[in-house]
Amino acid sequence: MHIPDGFINATTSLGAGLVSVGGLGFSLRRAKEFLEERRAPLAGLLAAFIFALQMLNFPVAAGTSGHFMGGLLAAVLVGPWVAVLVMAVVLAMQALLFADGGLTALGLNIMNLALIAPLVGWVVFLGVRKVLPSGRNGVVLASGVAAGVSVLAAAGGFVLQYALGGTGSAAVGTVAGAMAAVHLVIGVGEGVITALAIGAVMAVRPDLVYGASGVAWAPAPQAAMGEGL
Amino acid sequence: MKVGLRVFVLAGMAVSLLLALLISPLASGAPDGLEKVAEEKGFLANAADHSFSDGPLAGYSVRGVGSESFSTGLSGVMGVLLTFGVGYGLFMLVRSKSPG
Repeated sequence: MHIPDGFINATTSLGAGLVSVGGLGFSLRRAKEFLEERRAPLAGLLAAFIFALQMLNFPVAAGTSGHFMGGLLAAVLVGPWVAVLVMAVVLAMQALLFADGGLTALGLNIMNLALIAPLVGWVVFLGVRKVLPSGRNGVVLASGVAAGVSVLAAAGGFVLQYALGGTGSAAVGTVAGAMAAVHLVIGVGEGVITALAIGAVMAVRPDLVYGASGVAWAPAPQAAMGEGL
Repeated sequence: MKVGLRVFVLAGMAVSLLLALLISPLASGAPDGLEKVAEEKGFLANAADHSFSDGPLAGYSVRGVGSESFSTGLSGVMGVLLTFGVGYGLFMLVRSKSPG
């Protein structure tokens, strides 16, 4: 869902750019509080892993593909604020080196994929975790559900941008409906991949899963408390 | 099974590199969700050419590599390594000063 230049007008792109700069600055400050030195390579690995997975488009309908986004995976693994930075690194590399996602659209893309997806997904994750039994399965299941919702939220971000400054003549309502329909399917894929990835990390190093910590907004303790069952 | 942090990072990078090299050439080339919606709703043509479309890795291919599959895979490998390097560097700068 990388927006190219030209879909959204300059004013809205600039506005999204300002939102992104503010969001990145805030995340940078919050991330500093708990990103320990030994976790820096993990954050780098996460960015590289998400970059690789984003290349793997899978078919979702006749003549349509989708790919893994990764925002919620990042939030559950390293916390929402580091996740924002991880996603921004991936998007910047894609736009600058791979010509994927327009340069003037970088703010739009950061807003949808690096801010909305991990942060909305994180809130959903916390909510779903509350109603599920604690322990490994609860964390895995909540991750999957929240990842699916995060894709729809990012699609919603685009619809908002289109409503404010879309250059197309199609009505906002029909664009919203089409975006929701296709990203519902992509969201299912996102949920499955996220759940598998979180499950794999929980199996070998549950202490590295920030979202499995007992205290939602604090750093994960050395021994994860979500490792029950 | 508990693995060390170094092993974890190396294994994760190995998985990422293999996915990029071997699986990305098999990925679907069909338009993604947003592109498809833009096509159906008539604003796909509004997309401008990318400012860096002449770059050496533009469009997930390595300029000068003949085989399309290998070009895609190789661009993915370079992307994984560069993204790790930039991410690692950035997060070393961001990290808290207190020892981990």
